[in-house]
Amino acid sequence: MGLGLFHRHRGATPYLLLAPGMLWLAAFFLVPLGFLAYQSLESGSIIAGFGYAFTWAWSNYSSAVRGYTGEFERSFEYAGLATVIALVVSYPVAYWIAFRGGRWKNLLLLFIVAPFFVTYLIRTLAWQTILSDHGLVVRLLTDIHLISPGGRVLATGTAVVAGITYNFLPFMALPLYVSLEQIDQTLIEAAEDLYASKWRAFLRVTFPLSLPGVVAGTLLTFIPAAGDFINAQLLGSPTSHMIGNVIQSKFLGLQDYPAAAAMSFILMAIILALVLVYARVVGTEKLTG
Amino acid sequence: MTVEAAVPPEAPAATEYDIRLIGLTKRFDDVVAVDGISLDIDRGKFFALLGPSGCGKTTTLRMIGGFEEPTEGRIELGGVDVAPLPPYKRDVNTVFQSYALFPHLTIFENVAFGLRRRGVKGGDLRRRVGESLELVGLAGLERRKPRQLSGGQQQRIALARALVNRPRVLLLDEPLGALDLKLRKEMQLELKRIQADVGITFVHVTHDQEEAMTMADGIVIMNGGRIEQLGTPSELYERPRTPFVAGFLGVSNLLEGTAVAGDRVKLADGTEVQCPHEVLGGRTGTVQIGVRPEKLRIGGDAGNSLSGTIAESAYIGVSTQYIVETPAGPVTVYVQNDRPGGQVATGERLTLSWSPESTFVVDALEGSS
Repeated sequence: MGLGLFHRHRGATPYLLLAPGMLWLAAFFLVPLGFLAYQSLESGSIIAGFGYAFTWAWSNYSSAVRGYTGEFERSFEYAGLATVIALVVSYPVAYWIAFRGGRWKNLLLLFIVAPFFVTYLIRTLAWQTILSDHGLVVRLLTDIHLISPGGRVLATGTAVVAGITYNFLPFMALPLYVSLEQIDQTLIEAAEDLYASKWRAFLRVTFPLSLPGVVAGTLLTFIPAAGDFINAQLLGSPTSHMIGNVIQSKFLGLQDYPAAAAMSFILMAIILALVLVYARVVGTEKLTG
Repeated sequence: MTVEAAVPPEAPAATEYDIRLIGLTKRFDDVVAVDGISLDIDRGKFFALLGPSGCGKTTTLRMIGGFEEPTEGRIELGGVDVAPLPPYKRDVNTVFQSYALFPHLTIFENVAFGLRRRGVKGGDLRRRVGESLELVGLAGLERRKPRQLSGGQQQRIALARALVNRPRVLLLDEPLGALDLKLRKEMQLELKRIQADVGITFVHVTHDQEEAMTMADGIVIMNGGRIEQLGTPSELYERPRTPFVAGFLGVSNLLEGTAVAGDRVKLADGTEVQCPHEVLGGRTGTVQIGVRPEKLRIGGDAGNSLSGTIAESAYIGVSTQYIVETPAGPVTVYVQNDRPGGQVATGERLTLSWSPESTFVVDALEGSS
């Protein structure tokens, strides 16, 4: 009986199934986005009594770029570095779990996800202790002369990149694991049968077949990392602030909504452009496997 | 004879072998998959490893290919022990059961994979890939991806990808298992033709006795990690030496009896059966005599005879199958329907006869008296 509706409107079924998600997106993503766009073109000041007015103030955009070029650059530099490091660190881990994990696979995956049981803020605060001036890491790095005596790690760009890498590592490792796990082991045997050494077989067969995971992992890491502000705030200093810090302080501290909204749009546009270029370079089919 | 019985390693080899397995054993934890098999395979032959699943045939093939390390024993390819070598250093190529074509590469690149690893380039590479695709009848598909091909086509590409390297030995791991019956029959003949064309030694693993009989020059029947018997298809069919072979390859009537002379066996009911001297092979005590259902005649006097009553009959077109109850046990008989109305009714008494030449002898089953 209940299914009668679906049978009578067979063509409408997909739309009915999509409707809840679409409504959700419209209400909680598109509408706020439109509001943000509207806000980014307002002008006025806090001194004038919170009276922002819509005036097609495109100057919000130009002054955002002019005033905060460094923060923008740093955002993409840190996010890019963290993405590359996360890829290099998690690829062998994901590879090992997928191919050698055996019956320990699920437990090992749990270890990767385990930090997520603690909130983002606490996890990042823990890194303050780890990287603190009298902490173990600094002592170790001083001992092996990687930093000079009295040098610091905390409140530097290195600490920010380390924090971002750590916080987004699971977003890299899990897609990598999934794509590696799906690779038919016989294909690697076939490559070795056809005179490819283990390394050649990896380069010619395993790695190309894991590319969907690499693409998914890098996007899932890079996109949120570029807009992150927690790591720079807790582990960095004003000289290592990212654009996320500026947006956060304008929105919540200075209540300069138009400038913050304009910066958000610029950030979004640059990320979108980078993703499109990336997808073009590696091939869009890799995104869907 | 195309299959030589294995000789001890210290004895000089009489002919050129492509593959010699000597005391080859593979244990997985406490399971013995392959139990000390020794086997010589002549150059340029089509050879089948036949047996039920779990008999160790695939493990044997994977050890030759280098995908499993033997626990004990030697694998000689052209006289050189390759057991310690990785797959990519062996002059052997494999056609995998799942084909294992590289999904991200074109058909051309799939076939060229082995040649590229060996430094073949340019026009030479293109010519050899082209020839190989022609050999399997799929020229013109170079730019396709594997998933755009049918199962049968993928199977041929897997064959081309292996053969293009001109290996010393080609290993085939149940390559026709995933194809439908009609295509499988076609490919059996095709494989045989290609093997004759290229003259490379083929080692084909299968559990399908008909497939092995159709294609192979020599067959090894494996069971429980050991070799039961090796020989040409007709040797194995006409003269099986173990109850397992008699039962695995076609249908056999096995009747228990006692060897009373070098060429005679007395059945349970007192009937004496004659057989060639060599099939009894000096056995004494309890044995089983065997005869194939199509070698039995109703009536006549072909040398050996047995009386009984027809218990069941089934008409299947070209022949009629009878089950005849005899004092020595039930016997299956196939009678050609070479004239209309030749069937015999259930319950009728008759005498079966067969030639001593068609009689084989296997050991008695353990546990029976």
